[in-house]
Amino acid sequence: MSIRKKPLSPETQGWFRAHKWLLARRLSQLGVLALFLAGPVTGVWLAKGNLSGGLILDVLPLTDPFLLLQSILSGGLPVVSGIIGALIVLAFYALVGGRVFCSWVCPINPVTDLAAWLRRRLDLRATSALSRRLRYWLLGLALLFPPLTGVMVWEYLNPVSMLHRGLIFGMGWAWTLILALFLFDLLVAKRGWCGHLCPMGAFYGLIGSGALVRVSAARRDQCNDCMDCFAVCPEPQVIKPALKGAAQGRGPVILDRHCTNCGRCIDVCSQDVFRFATRLHNRADSHSGIV
Amino acid sequence: MATTKQSGVTRRRMLGDLLRTACGVGLFGFGLGLYARRAASLPAHALRPPGALTEEAFDGACIRCGLCVRDCPYDMLYLGRVGEDIPTGTPYFIARQRACEMCEDIPCVAACPTDALDHRLTDIADARMGLAVLVDQETCIAFQGLRCEVCYQVCPIKDQAITLDRQHNERSGKHALFIPVVHSDRCTGCGKCEEVCILEEAAIKVLPQHLAKGELGGHYRLGWEEKARSGGPLVSPDPEHQYHLPEGMEYDHAGAGLIRKPDGAPPSPANPPDTLDRN
Repeated sequence: MSIRKKPLSPETQGWFRAHKWLLARRLSQLGVLALFLAGPVTGVWLAKGNLSGGLILDVLPLTDPFLLLQSILSGGLPVVSGIIGALIVLAFYALVGGRVFCSWVCPINPVTDLAAWLRRRLDLRATSALSRRLRYWLLGLALLFPPLTGVMVWEYLNPVSMLHRGLIFGMGWAWTLILALFLFDLLVAKRGWCGHLCPMGAFYGLIGSGALVRVSAARRDQCNDCMDCFAVCPEPQVIKPALKGAAQGRGPVILDRHCTNCGRCIDVCSQDVFRFATRLHNRADSHSGIV
Repeated sequence: MATTKQSGVTRRRMLGDLLRTACGVGLFGFGLGLYARRAASLPAHALRPPGALTEEAFDGACIRCGLCVRDCPYDMLYLGRVGEDIPTGTPYFIARQRACEMCEDIPCVAACPTDALDHRLTDIADARMGLAVLVDQETCIAFQGLRCEVCYQVCPIKDQAITLDRQHNERSGKHALFIPVVHSDRCTGCGKCEEVCILEEAAIKVLPQHLAKGELGGHYRLGWEEKARSGGPLVSPDPEHQYHLPEGMEYDHAGAGLIRKPDGAPPSPANPPDTLDRN
């Protein structure tokens, strides 16, 4: 089965239905950015700080646990607001899926999504064979540096925090790094950054290992093997065990922690196989699990 | 991925892959570490907000959130941008552009979600952002005998962190020089003096403590301080200092200097060498 350049679903289901989760995600990403930009641009301070650490409406502290962990490992002591902020973030992503951060919040996602979209449109198939486990190596590196050197070394490269901070506090030359990342994803490795290298994504994936909210191939018996979901999925390896696991007695819920809960598979499937569900509805013979 | 086949070849390949990855990641990490070492150094003209830990500890603790920047009511803090010679994402200020106003409630420290800005700092007068140094006496116009004293007047710890030292004006012979002198035990490094210095390039600059401050060796003892502390001479007996003075003269140490005794002989006897002929 060959992979189509464009999925079939917009034709069968209408453009809006075939893009609903994508639109929701873009709105979420823009919303998060607008929340932090409202203050410096309009003077209405809804949120201060940035994704590394913020204060919403002057009461709710939010702290990136990945940043705080690096800080603690290098010998820094968090204060109460920092710890509470990190616990709130941890609890949220542990529930809705760690990599929800990647697909619904992270400012790098639109960049790498654009690269992946262009790849499909321009039919660029050449890709370097990177291991998807490289991200755990880099995560190890990022967490090993602080205790060894006392410096938060990864933050001198981390494009995630750099882009978000840059958009709010001033970009400097950070855009060159983002451009390099885009070109890397476009020309060197398909879904190279988010799907193979980013240690922050690996970290959030680990947080959400037991997340309640998951995508389920609830109507997997309707699958017509069109491969549209595989083509569009940033982590296509997560689909197969759920979609094709009926014979092995596996349930329809995508339990792989690398799934970003982006919902693109739900959008592009012309047979309505996928939907958001909870991990509790994962009986192998189950056709329910509908939220 | 290696299959579960029990062949030595598969295991060997797996091990080889593992080693290759480890080497690649290690090499990448080595480069990144070297780069970060350079990138993490703060230039001397940039100062940290009040309460900042020592530079090394600060770089490890700060999560680059910018909350201190946002809560500064004077908007004089910035986050380092990529490409600037400031550690990326960390807060700093440039005293010459805008100095710290030393808010009593220290909002920047209160906003910090880590201890990168030490929350034990409750009195802003205890802050040590740097130390003011009058680096160029040749251009500071106080040394020309002109009354400037702007740094002295603007100092928030007035008359304590900077005092005016009166010295004789050799050039005019009859005026005084009012020389600003910084006292490190009170200077907070807020940078006000550098901000307002009237010269084109400030003659007084706030430098990081480690550049500006000397330190006496731990073994060093100052005799007069030890003497005062112990309440008496440490070397006994403490002989009174003897001067060999011309007859009829006495010497007042730290006072008028050489003076003639009221009933003494005239300063210049008829035959001066006679004064040396004494026992």
